[in-house]
Amino acid sequence: MNVLYRLTATETKLFFREPTAVFFVLAFPSLLLVILGFVPPFREPNPDIGGLRVIDLYAPIVITMAVGLLSLNMLPQLFAAYREKGILRRMATTPVRPSALLGAQLAMAVTLSVGSALLILAVARLGFDVALPDNLAVYLLMYVLCLLAMLTLGLLIGSLAPTAKGAAAIGSILFFPVVFFAGLWLPREQMPEVLRRISDFTPLGAGVQSLQDATAGHWPQLLHVAVMLGWTIVAGALAARYFRWE
Amino acid sequence: MAIIEVTDLVKRYGTHTAVGGVSFAVEPGEIFGILGPNGAGKTTTVECVEGLRRPDGGSIRVCGIDPQRDRGELTQRLGAQLQASELPEKLTVREVMELYSSFYRAPADWRRLIEMLRLEDKLGTQFRRLSGGQKQRLSIALALVGDPEVAVLDELTTGLDPQARRDTWELIESIRDRGVTVLLVTHFMEEAERLCDRLALIDAGRVVAVDSPAGLVATVNDTQRLRFKPSAPLDHALLTELPEVTGVERAGTQLVVTGTGNVLHAVTTVLARNQVIAADLRVEQTTLDDAFVALTGRTLEETS
Repeated sequence: MNVLYRLTATETKLFFREPTAVFFVLAFPSLLLVILGFVPPFREPNPDIGGLRVIDLYAPIVITMAVGLLSLNMLPQLFAAYREKGILRRMATTPVRPSALLGAQLAMAVTLSVGSALLILAVARLGFDVALPDNLAVYLLMYVLCLLAMLTLGLLIGSLAPTAKGAAAIGSILFFPVVFFAGLWLPREQMPEVLRRISDFTPLGAGVQSLQDATAGHWPQLLHVAVMLGWTIVAGALAARYFRWE
Repeated sequence: MAIIEVTDLVKRYGTHTAVGGVSFAVEPGEIFGILGPNGAGKTTTVECVEGLRRPDGGSIRVCGIDPQRDRGELTQRLGAQLQASELPEKLTVREVMELYSSFYRAPADWRRLIEMLRLEDKLGTQFRRLSGGQKQRLSIALALVGDPEVAVLDELTTGLDPQARRDTWELIESIRDRGVTVLLVTHFMEEAERLCDRLALIDAGRVVAVDSPAGLVATVNDTQRLRFKPSAPLDHALLTELPEVTGVERAGTQLVVTGTGNVLHAVTTVLARNQVIAADLRVEQTTLDDAFVALTGRTLEETS
């Protein structure tokens, strides 16, 4: 435990030495929400989306976008770089297993992601009076499911990509469709039926809707829970199959 | 009693046999070299010793430990410096040492290691800002931070400038003086000759010979080599028919004559009789390189 803690602390320290990563993972999502909140019509109740305001829809969208940034744009590159540079191999010559290093990177990703989500919720609540989740326990559970699905996807990319550069490229290419279906450009409520149907089966589409449902105090749809679990299982199994230490 | 015992080690990658039955034993406190051309199976052999690769055959014992059976114990007692292994770019030397020393049951005093490796001015410097030689020394520090009984150093001086290489050699000797047994992988003759108490000559996955550098040279000691520029064209047959001469080769404008016994006198006599002057005449002593040629029929440089 001590070693895992030390490794996680070191990884986190390294993260904070990358200003670009810090900005995109921690600051950018909240900033985006602030910008959207400054668009006057987004702060007006809209009968087309059940009397909610657009800014209400964007809080969970931005939270899942932060998850996407972390798991697609940061994590795969980190994984692949540690393999490419032989850092995992060096670790294998010490009493600490290289898996501890991967565990530390995942622990860091979870911590950063939760931190980012809390920041977004605070900005949404304090800045734009967005309602806090009605069912906090369910909200948290849905958030964890969404995070798990995305982190395993990131791990899979990191396992498949031969180099850190390759991992970064695959991650950024995947990022755009994934956040599109989360509703970043067009919230799910305003998507045509076909797009919304596709979105139901993407990890962030399912994630956004589940967070939205939990915020409103409803139970999430079984389909969305199944989709997030499905992505976790499939990506996790493939990552385990293709993972290489060197 | 040997501290490292490798017996009939076999390792295949697909159909390619990288190591085909390598055996050697390293005594405590010696610097033992594994010398051979690139691709001879040196690194694969030591990676099996380090427990990083699972052998397909044979047995390995390090301090009595089977590397595949008890990795945990092995890593406490064997420190490894790997070929081309980096660290996170923005981690400082101090952070690296603090982190890695925390991995071990009874670590060495890393501050003294850093002093010994002359990195004490670099404690606050990030890995990416270290020079090649400094990175290499940090890598040695990491191999020693667990206070191991055995240190495996793989191609330590490749890519270093001559001065840094000589400094590193002194360092390896001081590691041995601390009582650490050193297993040194190299393809530099000069390095092996200077540092190793004994060495295993490896070629194409097999051990060609195990001996001290002097002992290996002695196996071909009789050979001498003459190099000179003949002042006029010379029929090689005049030289090859001499009983003392074993070989004649042309290297540019020079002739290289190898032979035994009183080859120098025999050759100069023939030259004088034919009114040929041997300009820039040099007589070369036997080296490890010659031993390698005698044992494998090839030169290290040719193969690497």
